[in-house]
Amino acid sequence: MSTSLRYLTAEQHRVVTAAADRLVPPLDAHPGAGALGAADYIDGALGAFATNPPLVFTGGPFSGRFGGDARWGEFMALTPLEELAWRTRIEGSRGDPAREWNGPVRGWQEIYADGFAALGADFADLDPAVQDERLRTASRDFRTVFYEHVCEACYGPPEYGGNRDLAGWRAIQFPGDVQPRGWTDEEVSSRE
Amino acid sequence: MNDCDAVVVGSGPAGATVADVLAHAGHHVIVLEKGANHLLSFDAPFDLLGHLSNDEIKFLRRHFLGPDPLLEPRTFRRSEADGDRLFVGEVNNLPSTVGGAGFHADAKLPRFRAVDFHARSELGPIDGADIVDWPVQYDDLEPFYDEAEKLLGVAGDAAQNPFAEWRSSPYPMPPGPDMYGATLSTAAARELGLHPYAAPTGVNSVPYDGRAACNNCGCCANFGCPIDAKGDPVAPLRRALSTGRVEIRPLSHVSEILLDATGKQATGVRYLDTSTQPPEIREVRARMVVLGCGAFETPRLLLRSGIANSSGLVGRYMMHHFQTFVLGIFDHRLHGYRGRSVTHLHDDHMLVDDASRAHAREHGLPYFRGGLVEHGGGGHPLMEAIHLPPGPRHTQTMLESPMRDRLWAFTMQGEDLPQVTNQIDLDPQVVDVHGHAAGRVTYSSHPHDLVASSYCSPLLERVLQRAGATSTFVATSPSLHGDGPRLAPNSKHVMGTCRMGDDPRTSVVDPTHRCWDVDNVAIADASVFPTSAGYGPTLTLVAMALRASRTWL
Repeated sequence: MSTSLRYLTAEQHRVVTAAADRLVPPLDAHPGAGALGAADYIDGALGAFATNPPLVFTGGPFSGRFGGDARWGEFMALTPLEELAWRTRIEGSRGDPAREWNGPVRGWQEIYADGFAALGADFADLDPAVQDERLRTASRDFRTVFYEHVCEACYGPPEYGGNRDLAGWRAIQFPGDVQPRGWTDEEVSSRE
Repeated sequence: MNDCDAVVVGSGPAGATVADVLAHAGHHVIVLEKGANHLLSFDAPFDLLGHLSNDEIKFLRRHFLGPDPLLEPRTFRRSEADGDRLFVGEVNNLPSTVGGAGFHADAKLPRFRAVDFHARSELGPIDGADIVDWPVQYDDLEPFYDEAEKLLGVAGDAAQNPFAEWRSSPYPMPPGPDMYGATLSTAAARELGLHPYAAPTGVNSVPYDGRAACNNCGCCANFGCPIDAKGDPVAPLRRALSTGRVEIRPLSHVSEILLDATGKQATGVRYLDTSTQPPEIREVRARMVVLGCGAFETPRLLLRSGIANSSGLVGRYMMHHFQTFVLGIFDHRLHGYRGRSVTHLHDDHMLVDDASRAHAREHGLPYFRGGLVEHGGGGHPLMEAIHLPPGPRHTQTMLESPMRDRLWAFTMQGEDLPQVTNQIDLDPQVVDVHGHAAGRVTYSSHPHDLVASSYCSPLLERVLQRAGATSTFVATSPSLHGDGPRLAPNSKHVMGTCRMGDDPRTSVVDPTHRCWDVDNVAIADASVFPTSAGYGPTLTLVAMALRASRTWL
C-alpha cells in the first residue's frame, strides 16, 4: 500500500484492494488486482486533481522501459476544456451550471461513495461468498466504473499506479510499450 | 478587410491537403482546429512535440486526442420509430486534434477501383438506395492518387493485387514486413482462391520525406506515431507550414459560417477560442471558406449555420462501412502486437460474380458487393480485459489470451449503400459543452449490406479455419443484436453527407466541391462522396481535395 493517499481513506483503500481481487483474482504465482495496485490506481483516478498537473494524461513519448528518456511520469497540463471534462467526470457536476450543459452528471467520487456504502467498511474481512453478494448489490454504475478501473490498473501502464512491478503485463506475456526499440522485421514475421 | 485568402476549418487530411495546395499557390491560409495540438511544433523544422506514445490508457480509454464524449456527445437512433434517440455517447467518433481523423487509422491507404466511380452505370440501381455515378471518374483522379501517395508516403506493391486499377507510377516505398499471423491467413486465402496482397500503407518502410522508418511497435490505430513514421497527417501539415503562409490555430471551435447581405457569399467564420474558459468569441474574414471537418461535423456546421441546403440534402445519405469482423482463435500465440496491425488485404469480395449474383437474387437484390478485407491482429490488453466478464476465470483467460495474443481477425469494410433516410441532423435536446445541438445519427442498414455480410462471413471463417484457427465467430458493427451503444455504428469511415453532383437539386456541392448555394464555401472531406465503395476513404478524399482545391482561387 502506498504511504500517502491522494483521495481514499486507508479503510477505503483496504476495501478496494479486497473487492478488486474478486473481479480479477490471483492465480498461482500471478498476483490479482489487489496486489497489482488497483487501490493505488483508483486513488490516483479519484484524486487526480490533488496535484498539478493532474494524473490524467502521461507525458511522452517514451517510458524508458525500452530505451529513450523516461518521460511518462511527467503528467501533462490540461487545456481548459479538458480540465472541465475531467473535473466533471471525477467530481460530478455538483449543481454547477458550468458543468451541466446536458443536466447533472454523477462523478466517479460520488459513484464510489455509493459503492463503499454497499460494500461496507468490513468488506475486507468477509467470506468471499458474502463479498460477492455485496458486490452484486452495488449500483450498476459503480460495478461498471469499478471494473473498468480494475482492468486499467492490472493491464495499463504502471505510471498511473497499477500494474505493480509490471506483473500484470508479465503474466499475460505482453512486453508493454516497446518504443523506441520496436520490433525487428524478423520478430514481426517469425512464429517465435 | 480579409484576414487571409482562405480559412480552412479542420486540420485533418482534408484540411491539411487544401492548406498545402493553396499556400503553395501563394495564398495565405488560416486553419482553425477545434482540438488541441499534440502533433508538431509550428516553428521550423516542425518537429514532433513528443506527446504521442504507446499508452493504452491515455489514447484508448481517456480520449487524449478527442473528442471527449462528455464535452461533445453524439446521439443515435435507427429510425424515427425509435423516438428522438436511443443512445447518447460515442457514434462514429473520430479523433479531433491537430492532424485530425487520420490518427484513428493504421494507415491503410487503398485506391478505389474504376467501377466505384460509376457503379450505377456499370452495375445498375438497387431499390431503396440512390446509387449514382460520380462526376469524377478514376482516370480523372489517377494523377491525384499518384500525387497523394507520394505526399503521404505509401508503402505497397501494386503487382500483388490483380484487381488493382492502372497506375502511372509505382508506390514510392516497398511494403514493410509481413506480420506472422498474416503469413498464415494469406497462405490459406490463396489456397481457397482469394488474392491477398501487401496492404498499401501510409507508414514508412524505409526513411522517407525526412521521416523515420516504422519500427513495428504495434500501436498504430488511435495512438499516433511517436517516431514520425506515419505520413497522414503530419506530412501535408509540415509541407503547408513550410511555406510560411499557413497559420494553424488549435482550440478554435467554429460556431458559424458568416454570410454577406446577399446570403450567397461567405465572408468568414465565427469561432470560440477555447484556450480560455469561458471561451472568447473571435472571427476570421476570408475570400473563401473551406470545410474539412469530416463527414459528421461538416454537415453539422452547415446545418447550424443554416446554409447550403436548398436541396435539403445536407446531412442526408450518411454512409459508413458496414463492418463484419470474422475472428479466429488459434491454439498458439500469434503476437499480433508486433507490426503495423494490418499488413494484408484482399479485394475479392468487391467483385460481382455469378455465385454472388445468384445469392443476391435469392434475397431480392440484383447484386451486392462486400468490401475490402483486412488481415489483422487482435486488440490490446485493456480491450481484452474489459471485454471479458469479471470473476474467477478472468485471470486464467487473460493468461490464455484468446481475444488478443491467439486471435487473428478479418475486418470487411462493407460497402454501405446511400439511403436518403440515413442522416446526420441536429439533436433537438442534447447539446455540446458550447450549447450547440449535438449531431444525431439516424441510420439503418440497407438489406444489401446485411446480405453481403452474411454471404462473405462463412467464406472468411473457412479461410481462418484453414489457417489453423480452432474456433471462429462473427460480429458486426453496427451490431445486429443487443441494445444501446452496441446498435450505434463504430465505423470511422463516415461519408456522403454533402454529396457532390451535376444538379443543384440533387446534390450539395458541384464537381469542384463548391456549395451550389454559396460558391465560396467548399467542402474538402469525404462528405462529398456520392457512394461509399468498400475501401477506406482517406486516400480518395486526399486525391479529391488535391484535384478540387487547385480550381478554387
